[in-house]
Amino acid sequence: MTAPRSDGAEPEAQQPGSVEREFTVQQRSQWKTIIRRFTHHKPAMISMVVFFLLMVFAFAGPLFWKYKYDQVLKKPLGGNKDWIRPSWEHPFGISKGYDVFAQVMRGTQYSIRIALVVTVVSVSIGVAVGAISGYFRGFTDSVLMRFTDLMLVIPYLAAVAALQRNVKGSTWLWLALFLAMFGWMGIARVIRGEFLSLREKEFVEAARSVGASAPRIIFKHILPNTLGPIIVNATLAVGGAVLAEAALSFLGLGVKPPDTSLGKIIEVGKSKATTYPNEFWWPVLMLCLISLTINFIGDGLRDAFDPKQNRVRA
Amino acid sequence: MISFIIRRVLVSIPLLFLASIVAFILVVNTGDPIEDLRTKPNVPKATIALREHELGLDKPVVERYVSWLGKAVHGDFGKTIKNQPVWAQVRRSLGVTLRLVLFAEIVSVLIGVMIGVVSAVKQYSWFDYGATTGAFLLYSLPVLAVGSFLKFILAIRLNRWIGRGDDPLIKTIGEGTANFCTASKPYNCGFIPSVTDFLSHAFLPMLTLVLITFAGYARFSRAAMLETLNADYVRTARAKGLSERRVIMKHAFRNALMTVATVISLDFGALIGGAILTETIFEWHGMGRVLVESINKIDPNLLLCWFFVTAVAVIAFNLIADIIYAVLDPRIRLD
Repeated sequence: MTAPRSDGAEPEAQQPGSVEREFTVQQRSQWKTIIRRFTHHKPAMISMVVFFLLMVFAFAGPLFWKYKYDQVLKKPLGGNKDWIRPSWEHPFGISKGYDVFAQVMRGTQYSIRIALVVTVVSVSIGVAVGAISGYFRGFTDSVLMRFTDLMLVIPYLAAVAALQRNVKGSTWLWLALFLAMFGWMGIARVIRGEFLSLREKEFVEAARSVGASAPRIIFKHILPNTLGPIIVNATLAVGGAVLAEAALSFLGLGVKPPDTSLGKIIEVGKSKATTYPNEFWWPVLMLCLISLTINFIGDGLRDAFDPKQNRVRA
Repeated sequence: MISFIIRRVLVSIPLLFLASIVAFILVVNTGDPIEDLRTKPNVPKATIALREHELGLDKPVVERYVSWLGKAVHGDFGKTIKNQPVWAQVRRSLGVTLRLVLFAEIVSVLIGVMIGVVSAVKQYSWFDYGATTGAFLLYSLPVLAVGSFLKFILAIRLNRWIGRGDDPLIKTIGEGTANFCTASKPYNCGFIPSVTDFLSHAFLPMLTLVLITFAGYARFSRAAMLETLNADYVRTARAKGLSERRVIMKHAFRNALMTVATVISLDFGALIGGAILTETIFEWHGMGRVLVESINKIDPNLLLCWFFVTAVAVIAFNLIADIIYAVLDPRIRLD
């Protein structure tokens, strides 16, 4: 006889039909495991928080901040300076009559916006090319892969810069599309590899044997299994696109006013990098933050999706 | 082996040809080289037509391409819009870029491979964690940030600290002092002064490139080394009773080097057109400057030549990577 419990409840093991276990085993689906692995990756989680704050800063910030990016502030300037040091009123100071904080918020917003468009478009192209190439193999594959090789021969930034030179009017969307046009090759190669190996698997053979069409096999059977590499590569592509855009705008070959971006603000601010650092170093810092957080998130995702890895126990 | 190399070279030629077509399409779409002339008021139509004829803009695109290609295969890349020979300018810039990239690449390979190998051998040690984290951070930082930090913060402080604030020891601008060796300054014309001048200018851009690229090599060679360290033949070598040093150097490292060597070769080809940001931050007159200028001023021949040189570099180093891999890895079947 076991001693009666103080709360009066009967011990579980004595209930009829229940199995006594030393450990409780809980079933986890594949996605649950992946999410668990990801949430246990500390740098990635911290980066998620920082990146979320950056998004709030870039997209919600301008709505609430009291100064607008194009609002000319009439403030007395000392001597022949065209800037005012930071204060509580203007955390990043004033440059040429504009509030730098508002400028940096807007620049961050444009940088992220461009990067998201680049990622969506380039990942779509890359996945499409990789999937077709890897699934159909043969002639289609060699044509598409030779084309991919060709696109890799032309330096990425130079090609985009050459096309961007001719764009008039709103420049940011064009820049994003050009960056995507020349930036899908890496993802295409990865997805092709995945398709090449998955198409030989038994479940694809089973689908084929019951008469599933090629589009159905590609979309319903193989593509869901390549979601891991797609998500990882898409994440890293965001970071790459932010840096590529910043590099082009820094060279003066990227976005043109009235559009802006972090790279553009850095380009404008670089002549005063030593005398009035706020217009230069804050956007550089934002750039570093975006790049670092995205890379950490990508790293965490890669670890979470890779079944071979076993460093993070979850 | 020789037939393999010949075959690979032959495959590269159509690739280069197609790349030149893509480059030409890009250049045609860069803009109108005589836009200024057209929009300027009071320019007679005849002047515009003459300039159009000079630059060949009055001909159809295909004809322009064919005539460009015909001259380019003979090494004649035409004139810039300012009527200067294109090749002379590109060759000079290529020299400047190569000097920078070559040194930086050698140093970053040495440091990167060394750190990668040590952290693989001592996996999960403090050194490994430190090196992996450091490499990850550097790998993620934008070139723009690293270069600017070195230029505006570190160099200025360092120069002041060693008491050379006015006549800086570490130069932040340009690839050499202008008019360094002239008749009025004959003491500057020796070998040693010119080398010191070069080094004082090259220190910062090289450091930037090294910091950015070595991290990638460290990550890569660590991964390659871990793979070979867990291979069966390394276990066999240990089982034979070889010394740990011999196992690591002769069995694991040599095989890891194979993949590292190909990556280095691929990277080097890309770097010739890829050091644009570093060159711009430190205001070097290299290939980066040629690119930015030719696009800003819409200089078709100059831009075409830039694309051509970088494409040749990429293709050539892809080829070298293939050959290195074939030579080093006996498992690769050549036919």
